[in-house]
Amino acid sequence: MARSLLPAPDARGPFSPGFWRSPLRGTWFTSVLGVVLLAGVTVLFVTGLLSYAAYNPDLSPVNDKTPDKGILGFYLFSWPTDPPWLYRLTQGVHVTLGLALVPVLLAKLWSVVPRLFTLPPARSLTHALERISLLLLVGGALFEFVTGILNVQLDYVFPGSFYPLHFYGAWVFFGAFLAHAVLKAPVAFRNLRRMREGGEERADGQADELAAPRPDPPTVSRRGALGLVGGGSLLLLATSAGRSFDGPLRQTAVLTPHGGPEPGGGPNGFQINKTAAYAGIRADETGEEAWRLAVTGRSGTVRLSRADLLGLPLHSAALPIACVEGWSTSDQWWRGVRLRDLAALVGHDGPVDVFVESLQRRGAFRHAALRANQVGDPRSLLALSVNGEELTPDHGHPARIIVPAAPGVLNTKWVARLTFGAL
Amino acid sequence: MPHRTPRPVLGSPFHLLVLLCSFALCAYAGMRLLDGDPFLIALWFVGAALVHDLVLLPLYAVADRALVKGAGRRRSWVTYVRVPAALSGLLLLVWFPLISGRVSERYEGVAGQSAAGYPARWLIVTAVLFGGSAVVFAVRVRWGRAVGAGEG
Repeated sequence: MARSLLPAPDARGPFSPGFWRSPLRGTWFTSVLGVVLLAGVTVLFVTGLLSYAAYNPDLSPVNDKTPDKGILGFYLFSWPTDPPWLYRLTQGVHVTLGLALVPVLLAKLWSVVPRLFTLPPARSLTHALERISLLLLVGGALFEFVTGILNVQLDYVFPGSFYPLHFYGAWVFFGAFLAHAVLKAPVAFRNLRRMREGGEERADGQADELAAPRPDPPTVSRRGALGLVGGGSLLLLATSAGRSFDGPLRQTAVLTPHGGPEPGGGPNGFQINKTAAYAGIRADETGEEAWRLAVTGRSGTVRLSRADLLGLPLHSAALPIACVEGWSTSDQWWRGVRLRDLAALVGHDGPVDVFVESLQRRGAFRHAALRANQVGDPRSLLALSVNGEELTPDHGHPARIIVPAAPGVLNTKWVARLTFGAL
Repeated sequence: MPHRTPRPVLGSPFHLLVLLCSFALCAYAGMRLLDGDPFLIALWFVGAALVHDLVLLPLYAVADRALVKGAGRRRSWVTYVRVPAALSGLLLLVWFPLISGRVSERYEGVAGQSAAGYPARWLIVTAVLFGGSAVVFAVRVRWGRAVGAGEG
């Protein structure tokens, strides 16, 4: 950003203050947008950290896509199973709010873009460092929004795996965001308070350093421009939020992945994260004759056919599926064998972790680990049917995991092996 | 650099301290971020800021300026084009992979549902936005001819 070689005294083009003509720019406009982003980005960051914790990355390497996180995982805790809609809420807020903040971010960047071209490029060492920090801030914000928005659309063009890019990128961005908030938020709040009290901008008599010195006549008021930004946010919200619910509400999410119509009808008609075909599941390995569930524990290994499982005590749980991509289903009515009953079958009567392996051949989460509190929850099932009907291949037939409040990918489908015990 | 005038050269010590703390965190996370293809990842990070500031923003600013110039003396009419165009453009920007069809095949394979409807739905939303704007415009012109002149 600070890349001007010659501190030309006679600045021209965008380096000249007179180049910027919009009458909308000014401290009030920027302060309002800044305060909205201060609150919004904080929520995005916290819900993002919660999403990382929800994977229980410190439980097993298979759950952790950023194993060299070091102190950045300082806050990790055992992800609870209550309330069962916890991840549905936190991740729905993370993605939907992120989408709704796109116009706010764009407007904020627009409002301060003349600052990019200030001369001289650095007035002092601190000013030079501040400009480098701003590159991290702006680059970081855009990097996070772009990787997130591409990922929810399955457009994996970014340079590497989504998890480390979005996680470490968030920390770089947040480092710069903290400095910017400490240095600028008091100014923004003071400006807003002063303008509210005085009713007029620039009540302190000083020149508004963000305003154009020679503005064009306005075609819209500052309030009108803010209204457009808010309208953009509302439009993105209205066309996205519905994909956190089944039925008619999902139909309102017309432009969002997993929005609009359901993929199918009937009891298995709800949203699918990865189809059986995509995961490389073959029909000949899931048939009644071929498929056996291997359950290993303290007392050895037992192999169970689907008929054997149906002969065990069956229980029901009404639980949603919530994806890291921000979409979720309403509660589905699952029926199957309790995970803790399967643990008891191989000699674990107390709380115990489990390592789950799937038949699937591709996907970062074909292996997953669940913590003892998740295994012990009476609603945690190896589900065999959903909404009163046998699971379809796309929903994990012959058997799948369903755990309250866990991220979707930890609800392993096409389960082949469960290994209970310390991981 | 002269040693006589430390203040302007250094700047505010408080700012300096805040920035150095911030850089420590950024560097710690940044080293891990760049573990992979460092050049490409750094290019994405810095490129995102440059593409936004030097391509996207000038593009829509020029388009808006052309719109205002094109409107001539009817400046107050600009809003009725600017608002639906901005909102439609925003949706296109955010959902470009789905609307353009570049991820259709993967989306169908992964999620088991068609992505063919997205371009049509975007066009419908765009049509509704422009249509709604035209209705508001027509109503205002008809019922309050003073409105157009009054707005700056």
